[in-house]
Amino acid sequence: MNSIKFLYAAYIATWVIHGLYLGSVLRRYNRLRQQRKDLGK
Amino acid sequence: MKRAFPILAVLTALLLVYAFYEALWVAPMERTMGDVQRIFYYHVPSAWTAFLLFFVNLVASVVYLIGKNAKADALAAVSAEVGVVFCTVVLVTGPIWARPVWGIWWTWDIRLTTTLVLWLIYVSYLVLRRFSDSSQTPKLAAVLAIFGALDVPLVYFSIWFFRTQHPQPVIGGGGSIDPRMLHVLLINWLAFSCFAFLVCWWRYQLELLQHDLEEAQALEALLGAEGLPATSARARSPLNKTPSRPGTV
Amino acid sequence: MSSLRSITVATLAKDIRLEWRSRDAINSMLFFSLLVVVIFSFSFDPNAEESREIAGGLIWVAFLFAAVVALNQTWARELRNQVLDAYRVSPAPANALFVAKALGNFILVSVLEAVMAPLFMIFYNLRALGPAWQLIPVAVLGTWALVVNGTFFAAMSLRTRSREIMLPLLLFPISIPAVQSMVEATRIILAGDGSARFWIVLLLTYDVVFTTACLGLFETILQAE
Repeated sequence: MNSIKFLYAAYIATWVIHGLYLGSVLRRYNRLRQQRKDLGK
Repeated sequence: MKRAFPILAVLTALLLVYAFYEALWVAPMERTMGDVQRIFYYHVPSAWTAFLLFFVNLVASVVYLIGKNAKADALAAVSAEVGVVFCTVVLVTGPIWARPVWGIWWTWDIRLTTTLVLWLIYVSYLVLRRFSDSSQTPKLAAVLAIFGALDVPLVYFSIWFFRTQHPQPVIGGGGSIDPRMLHVLLINWLAFSCFAFLVCWWRYQLELLQHDLEEAQALEALLGAEGLPATSARARSPLNKTPSRPGTV
Repeated sequence: MSSLRSITVATLAKDIRLEWRSRDAINSMLFFSLLVVVIFSFSFDPNAEESREIAGGLIWVAFLFAAVVALNQTWARELRNQVLDAYRVSPAPANALFVAKALGNFILVSVLEAVMAPLFMIFYNLRALGPAWQLIPVAVLGTWALVVNGTFFAAMSLRTRSREIMLPLLLFPISIPAVQSMVEATRIILAGDGSARFWIVLLLTYDVVFTTACLGLFETILQAE
C-alpha cells in the first residue's frame, strides 16, 4: 500500500504547481497595480 | 466578463472538487496498478490542456505575424505561460506514476518525451520573451512558436522510431479504456479546461495592465517635463476596447 | 534569381576573405575543439567497451559545442559595423545574406569537425563496422541542420540580453530530433548494427523543413532588429 503515497504526492504536486503559479501572477498583478497608481497621481 | 469572473471561479472550483471526488472514490480501481492508477485522472487532462494551450499559442502567433494584432500577441504570451504550467504538471505526475508501477522514474516513452521537448521549446520561448527588447518581442516570439510547431512532428517520429529499435516501457498505458474511467477522465478534463480558461483570463488582465503601465510611463517621459497629464495614455492603448472618442482605435 | 546568387557568393567570399586575413577567430575555435575532444577522452574512458557504443553521441555533442562557439560570432562583425542597417535599406534580398552566412558557418563548422573527427578516431580507436561512406551524408546533413537553425537563432538573439547564452537556449530544444538522428545514425554505422537509412532520411526531412522555414522567415526577423 506504499504506492498510495505516490498518488497523494502526484495530486499534491499538481496543486502546489498551480498554486505557485497563481501566487506569482497575483504578486505581479499587485506590483503593477501599485506602480500604475503611483504613476497616475 | 469582469462581473462573470467570480461566478465562473466558484463554479469551476466546485467542478474541480467534484472531479476530484470522482477520481478518488467513484472511478473503479484498476486491476494491475491499484489505486496509484488514479494519477491518470490528473496526468492526462493536464496533458490535453497543455497541448490545447500550445495550439492556441501557435494560432495566436500566426495571426500576429499576419496582422500585427497586439491582442493576438498578448494571447500568445498568456497561453504559452499557462501551457508551460500545465506541462510541468504532466512532467511531474508522469514520473511519480511511473516509479511505483514500473520501478523507474523515467523512460523514453513517446508521449512523455514529446511533452518534455515541448516543455523545453516553450520554456525557451518564455526566456526569449523575457530577455528580448520589448518592441521586437512579439515578432521574434511568434517566429519561434512556428519553429517549435514544425519541430514537434519530427520529435514524435524520431522518438517513435528510436523506441522500435530500443523497446521501452509505455507510461500511461494504451488500449481501450473502461467507460466508467472514461467518464471520470472527461469530467476532470472539463474541470481543468475551465480552470485553464480562468487562469488565462486572469493572466490576460495582467498583460493589459502591463501595456497600460508602459503606455503611461512612455507618455509620462514625453509629457511629464511639460507638466501635461499622462492619463490619456490608456485610451490610446491598442488593447483597449473602448476608445475615448467614437471612431478612433 | 541570378542577383540572389551573385549577392550570396559575394557576401560569402567577403566573409571567407576576412576570416582568412585574421585567423584569430578560427585558430581559437580549433583549439577549443581540440580541448573538447581531450576532455571527453578523459571523462569517458576510451578503452572501455561501452565507449565504442557511445562514441557516436560523444562526437556529436562535441561538434554541437564547437558549432555554438562558431555560431555565436556569426553576426558580430555585421553588428560592429552597422552592416545590418545598411542591408535593411538596400534592395538586396534578405535571403542572400542569410544563405551566405549559413554557408560560411557550414564551412567553418565543417573545418572544425574535420579536425575533431580524426582525433576522436585516434583516441577511441574507432573503426566503422558498417558502411563508412554513409558517415558523409550524416555529417553533411547533420552539420547543416545545426548551422541553418543556429545562424537563424543567432540573428534572433541579436536584440536580446545575454546574447551568447540565448543562442544555445533557443537552438538546443529545436535541434533535439536532428541530434538524435545524427547520434543514432553514427552509432549504427560505427557498430554495423542495422541500417541508418531511417535516420538519414529524417535528417534530410529536418533540413528541408527548417531551411524552408529559415528562408521564409528571415526577412521578418531581419526587419525586427
